[in-house]
Amino acid sequence: MIPCQLPDTGSNQFRETQPLRVGDRDYDSRLFLGTGKFGSYALMREAVEASGTELVTVALRRVHLHEQQDDVIEHLQVPGVHLLPNTSGVRTAKEAVLAAQLARESLQTDWLKLEIHPDPRYLLPDPIETLLATEQLAGEGFQVMAYINADPVLCKRLEEAGAAAVMPLGAPIGTNQGLQTRAMLEIIIEQSHVPVVVDAGIGAPSQAAEAMEMGADAVLVNTAIAVAGDPVAMAQAFRLAVHAGRMAYEARMGVVSKRAEASSPLTAFLGN
Amino acid sequence: MSFLQEFERNGWAAMGERIYGKQGADVERALFRSGRRDLDDFCALVSPAAEPHLEAMAQLSYRLTRKRFGNTTQLYIPLYLSNECHNICTYCGFSVDNRLERLTLDREQLLQEVAQIKAEGFEHILLVTGEAGRKVGVDYFEQVLEWLRPHFASITMEVQALDQAEYERLIRRGLNSVLIYQETYNRDTYKSYHPKGKKGNMAYRLETPDRLGRAGIHRIGLAALLGLEDWRIDSAFVALHLSYLERRYWRTKYSISLPRLRPAAGCQPPNVTVSDRDFVQLICAYRIYNENAEISLSTRESPALRDHLLKLGITSMSAGSKTEPGGYTLQDDALEQFQINDERSPAEVAAMIRAQGFDPVWKDWDMVLES
Repeated sequence: MIPCQLPDTGSNQFRETQPLRVGDRDYDSRLFLGTGKFGSYALMREAVEASGTELVTVALRRVHLHEQQDDVIEHLQVPGVHLLPNTSGVRTAKEAVLAAQLARESLQTDWLKLEIHPDPRYLLPDPIETLLATEQLAGEGFQVMAYINADPVLCKRLEEAGAAAVMPLGAPIGTNQGLQTRAMLEIIIEQSHVPVVVDAGIGAPSQAAEAMEMGADAVLVNTAIAVAGDPVAMAQAFRLAVHAGRMAYEARMGVVSKRAEASSPLTAFLGN
Repeated sequence: MSFLQEFERNGWAAMGERIYGKQGADVERALFRSGRRDLDDFCALVSPAAEPHLEAMAQLSYRLTRKRFGNTTQLYIPLYLSNECHNICTYCGFSVDNRLERLTLDREQLLQEVAQIKAEGFEHILLVTGEAGRKVGVDYFEQVLEWLRPHFASITMEVQALDQAEYERLIRRGLNSVLIYQETYNRDTYKSYHPKGKKGNMAYRLETPDRLGRAGIHRIGLAALLGLEDWRIDSAFVALHLSYLERRYWRTKYSISLPRLRPAAGCQPPNVTVSDRDFVQLICAYRIYNENAEISLSTRESPALRDHLLKLGITSMSAGSKTEPGGYTLQDDALEQFQINDERSPAEVAAMIRAQGFDPVWKDWDMVLES
C-alpha cells in the first residue's frame, strides 16, 4: 500500500511506515478520525476518504441503535474503514458497560472507545470510572481503547486492566490547543506496552506531526477537520502530517540538546 | 446553601448600575481577553456600550459555537400534555382567569400525538404543562414517561416546579432534562406577574435548579422571559445563576432559552420591547460568556430571523411546534398558550438548516447512556 501520493505528480511516492498493530488488527494509517460536528454526512464521508483513515469513531448517542438502518452508520461504510463506537455521554462505569454491551449487539463489534466524562463542559475523563469499566469490559472480551487524561500511572493501570490501547489527551477536547500535556505524554509513550493514541486537543497538522515525532503510535482528530473551512482539504493535510511525523520518528531524528556540540572538539588531541 | 443566598447579595438596582456603567473599553476587554469571561464581561456585552460592537460579537459568537458544537443544529419539538392551570400569570394564555377549554391528554390521545411527531423524525421531545398539581402531578408525569420512554432518545420537561424527591422519581423513569424559567429576577415585581398560585413563591422557584442539581438531572434549562422587565438586567441574573449552578452541580449540562413574549389570548402586551437587534446582542453575549451552554430557539421567532440566528450561537431549535394539548392531531389552535411565528414544517426547517451547510441533528442522546 502507498499511504500517500501527491495528486499532481503521480509518481512521487512516499516511503511506507511500519503498520500499527492494535489488539488483533493492523493499520497502515495512523490517523484516526472522529465523525462529529460535520456540516453533513456527505462531507463527513468525503473527509474520511480523503484522510486515508482506517478507523473512525462514532458516538452511540447519534446512532439509532434499535433500528435496522442508520444514516450515520450507512455513510461510514467506506471500504477499509473500521467503526469504533464511543460511549460519549455516560458518566459512570456502570453506564459505560451497559452502553458497550448494546453497541456490541447492534453494531457487531468488540471494539470500543471508552469515554466516561461526568463533566459536560470540558468533557474531561473520569480516571476512576474509566479504570473500573476497562477491567470489566476487557474481561468480557471487548477491545477497549480508553480515553483518559495524560496520566502515566493511570495508563499503566489501564494496560494491566487489559486495555487494547490508551488514548491520553493532548489538551481538553475541541480546544485545538495542541500538546499541552507534552511532558506526561513523553513518559506515557516511553513506558507503554500498548499503543498510545494521542486524542483530543490536536488543532493543526503540525501538532499531529509533533505527536508522531514524539513516538505516539497514532493520533485521533475530529474538530480540527470537521469545522475547518474546507474539511476535505484539511483531512488530507492531516494525512500528510501524520505520515511525515511517523516517517521522521522511524528515521530517528537528531536528539534535541540544550548544549552546543562542537564539530572540532578541544580535547581530541588526547586521543583515545 | 442555595442560589438564594447568592441572589440576595446581588440587588436589581446594583446589577443595573453594573451594566449601564460599562464603557466601550469594557466591551473591548470582554471581547478580546483570553481565559474565561466573568460576570462583568457579560454585563459589558449586554450593555448599551456594546451596541456598536455587534458585528464583532457576532463573529466571535459564531466561531466559539462552531468550535464547541460543530456545524450542526439539534431539532426538538414541544408536546403539550395539558393546559390546565391554577396560577394567574399575567403573560400566559393558560392563566386560570382565562376562559379557555381545558384538556389533559390521556394515554390514547398522547400516543396519537406521538405517532405524528415520530413520523416527522423527532427523537428529542419537550413535554409542557401548566400547573395543576393534583391532576397533572408527579403520578401523571410518571405515567407519561413510562408511555413515552420507548419512543424518544431524550425527554425534557417544562412543568411546575417540583421537590427534589419528585424529580428523583421522574429521573428514574427516564426524565433527562428540565427547563425551569425564572421569568424575572426582579423581586419587586415578580409577585405582580404571578398574583395567584404556587408560582407566586419566588424563593421556591429560584431554588428549583438547586433541587434539580441535587437530584442529579442531566440538563437544566434557564431563562428570563423577554418582555417583562429590563432584559439586560434579567439576563445578567440568568448569567449569574448559570455560573453558580455550573460550579455547584458540575455533572449537569445547562441550556439557555430566549422566550420573547408573543401575543396570547387574554394577556397583557409586553411591558418592554426587545428588538431584533437587542435579541442578537443577547444571544452573542450568552455565547461569549459561556462557550459550553446550549442555546435554544423556539418558534416564537419569525422564519426570517430564525434563518439568520442559526449561525450566531444557537445550538438547538424547535420546529413545527403547536402550543396546545392535542395540537398535532386533535385540536386547531383554540387552546394554545401563545401564537407561534414560524409555521414551517419540520422537514422545511431541516432543509433550511442543510441549505446553510449545517447538519440538522435529530438524535444526540440515547436512554441507554443512563442507568
